[in-house]
Amino acid sequence: MAILVDQTKTVIVQGITGREGSARAKLMKDYGTRLVAGVTPGKKGADVHGIPVYDSVAQAWENVGPIDISVVFIPAPLVKNAAMEAIAAGVKLLVLIPDRVPLYDAMEIAAFARRYGAGFIGPNTLGVISPGKALLGMIGGRAASAREWFQPGPVGVISRSGGMTSAISYYLTQAGLGQSTIVHVGGDAVIGMREADVLRQFEEDEATRAVVLFGEIGTTQEEEVAALVKEGKFTKPVVAFVGGKAAKSGTRFSHAGAIVEGKRGSHETKVEALLDAGCRVVNTFEEIFAETAKVLRET
Amino acid sequence: MTKLLEYQSKELFKREGLNVCPGRTAASSKEAEQIASEIGCPVVIKGQAFITSRAKAGAIKFAETPQEAGEKAAEILSLTIKGQRIEKVLVEKKLALKKEYYAGIVVNDALRSPMLVFSSMGGSGIEELAAEHPDKVILQPIDILEGLQEYEARNTLIRLGIEGEEIQPLAGLLVKLYNTARRYEARSAEINPVGLSEDGKFYAVDGRVVIDDNAVFRHPELGIEIAREMDHPPTRLDRVAYKVEANDYRGTFYFMQLETEMSGPGYVGFHGAGGGGSMMGMDALMRAGFKVANFCDTSGNPPASKIYRAVKIILSQPNIEGYFHSGSGVASQEQYHLARGMVKAFRELNLSLPAVIRFGGNSEEEAINIVREYTKDLPAPIEVYGRSTSVDYCAGRLKELIHAQKTDVSKRGEQDVQL
Repeated sequence: MAILVDQTKTVIVQGITGREGSARAKLMKDYGTRLVAGVTPGKKGADVHGIPVYDSVAQAWENVGPIDISVVFIPAPLVKNAAMEAIAAGVKLLVLIPDRVPLYDAMEIAAFARRYGAGFIGPNTLGVISPGKALLGMIGGRAASAREWFQPGPVGVISRSGGMTSAISYYLTQAGLGQSTIVHVGGDAVIGMREADVLRQFEEDEATRAVVLFGEIGTTQEEEVAALVKEGKFTKPVVAFVGGKAAKSGTRFSHAGAIVEGKRGSHETKVEALLDAGCRVVNTFEEIFAETAKVLRET
Repeated sequence: MTKLLEYQSKELFKREGLNVCPGRTAASSKEAEQIASEIGCPVVIKGQAFITSRAKAGAIKFAETPQEAGEKAAEILSLTIKGQRIEKVLVEKKLALKKEYYAGIVVNDALRSPMLVFSSMGGSGIEELAAEHPDKVILQPIDILEGLQEYEARNTLIRLGIEGEEIQPLAGLLVKLYNTARRYEARSAEINPVGLSEDGKFYAVDGRVVIDDNAVFRHPELGIEIAREMDHPPTRLDRVAYKVEANDYRGTFYFMQLETEMSGPGYVGFHGAGGGGSMMGMDALMRAGFKVANFCDTSGNPPASKIYRAVKIILSQPNIEGYFHSGSGVASQEQYHLARGMVKAFRELNLSLPAVIRFGGNSEEEAINIVREYTKDLPAPIEVYGRSTSVDYCAGRLKELIHAQKTDVSKRGEQDVQL
C-alpha cells in the first residue's frame, strides 16, 4: 500500500508540451506512472513520448476515461486557471509544481477545491513518489535516479523542502529503510495538503509504520502536527527535524500575524510543541536515520 | 514579503476611499516647513522606516509652527535606526482623537484564507494587549470567493460590542481595508490606530501594507524595485543580484546579504541550493563557529551562466574569508551546471580564498571532476565533495583551510572583484 498515488491511478499532465512538462512526463512514464493523457490548449492530436495530447481536461476525460490526478506544469501566473479547469472537470487530486504562484491565487484554488471536494499538493512542490509504484512531479529528476535513490518500505516521508525531501529519502534508503510514500508538501505559506493532512492519510496506510517529518520555521504546520499527535489522531512514531534554527527571528511581517499566531511559528516553539506531543525531535539531519531505525525496531 | 512604508500604504488606502489625514512626504527640513504651512499646524512629522515603535526611537515628533516642523524634520532626517537611514518624513495634520481601534487583514496559512482582525484597543503595544485581553479582539475568516460583505463586518463589530453611530462607518472602513488587501494582494494590511476624530470620522492614522512577492508582477503601479522580504534596505549587491534574477527566469537565484556592515573575522560567503538545503548548510557553518555573510539559493535547474553570476556576487563581498557551497545532497537538477558556473567565476577571479564545495544529486561525479580538474592551478585551496560527505565535515574542512592560510600569510591574496 501507499498513499496518494500508485500504479493504478490515472494521471494527466497539464502543460505537457512545455519544456518542463515534456521532460517530467517522460520521467513519470519511465518510472511506471499510469500517464493516460496530456493537456495543452490548441495542441490536440500531438503526441509527447507516446502520450496523447488534448485541448482541455474535460476533452481528455471524454477520450481516455476518468482521471484521478493532474500534475500541473504551467507558468505560475496561469496555474490558478489550469487548476480550476481540472477541478471543474472532476479531477480530485492536483499536484501544482510551479513556484512563485501568487498567494491570492493559491487561496482561490483552495476555496474552489473545497467546493468540489478536491485536494491538491503544492504549489511549489517537487511532487510525490510511492517507491516502486508511481511518481508525480519531478522528484528524482531521472527515472534511473529515482529507482536508485528511493526504495519501497515502511517509512512515510513528509517535507516542506524539496531538496530535503529527496535527501532524507535517499539516506533512509542508504540506511536500509525503505519508504511507503514520499511527499513534498510545497514551500509556500498557503498550500493544499499540509503536513497534518498527509499524516492523516499515513495513519490509514497499513504499509506505513513510522513517519519522518522535515519541518521549517514559519506557518503553524508543525504545531498542527503536534496537536494531531497529542489528540491521538496519529498514533505511529514521528521522527521530526525542524530546519531554520540559524534564521534570524523577529522578522514578523505584521502585528496582525502576531496577534493571530501568538508565540507560534518559531524554531523553538515548534520543537517544544513536537516534543510535548511525544514526537522524536532530532537536532541534526544525520540523527534522523539512526532514530528512525530505532523507532522501527521498537514498534 | 514586500513591505510598503506608511506613506505608500496610505496612498493605497486613499485610493480605496479610506480617510487619511491631509499631508505629504518631505526629504528636507525646508520642504517639511512648507508642507506644514500649507496644511496648517499643529502637525505630526513621522520618519518613514521599516521599524516598529517609531515614537520611542525618536522618529515621530509634533510641531506647533511651520518653523518648528522644519527643525523637527531635520532631527528625524539625521537619524539612522537599526541600520536604516531615514530618507523621508511624512508631514501630516495632527488630529485630536477621541478613540483608537485596531484593524487588520492577514493571510492565514492554516485556513488558507484572509482573516479580519479587529480590536477595540488600538495604538502601540497592540500585540501584548491582544494577548492579555483576548475578549477585546475578534478574528473573522473571509471567504475569498465572496469577499467581505458589509453586513458581515457589521455583525463582527456588534459581536465585539461596538455600538451606535460607530457601527456603520467602521464596517465601511473594514470593507475598504479588505478591498485594499485584495486589490493589491497583500499578505497583510493594517491600520493602527484607526482613529475617531472630533469631526466624527474614522481615519487611518498609521498603517502598513505588505505585498505578496509573487504578485508584484501584476502591480507595476506600486513601483516596487525588489520584491523580497528584507530587514534592511537593499544593499548594492542585493540590487545587482535581483537584476540577474529579474532578467533570467530559468531556475531560481535568491541572494540577500545578512549583514550590511561586516566587521571582524569569521565571515563566510554562502552558496546553497534549495531552501531547506540552504538552511542546513547555514546551520552547519554556524555550528562550526562561522558568521554567514549572505543567504544565497540557486535551485530549480538554473543554467551555468546564472550560477556564474551568483558566485561572483557572493565573492565580491568584502571581509569574507571563504566560500562554501552545499545543497540538499540529493538534487533532482543536474550538478554539472553548477560546477561549470563555479569554475568560470573562480578562474576569472584567480580565486585565492579557501573554498569547500559539496555537490549532491544527478551528475554529481561529473561536477566534482569538473571543479577539481579546472581549478588545480588556482592559488586558492579548493576541496570538493559529494553527498556521501556530511555537511558538518565540509564546514569543518573550510575552518581548517582558512586557519592554515592565516598561519601562512604569504598565501593570502586580496580578492578584488569587479561586477
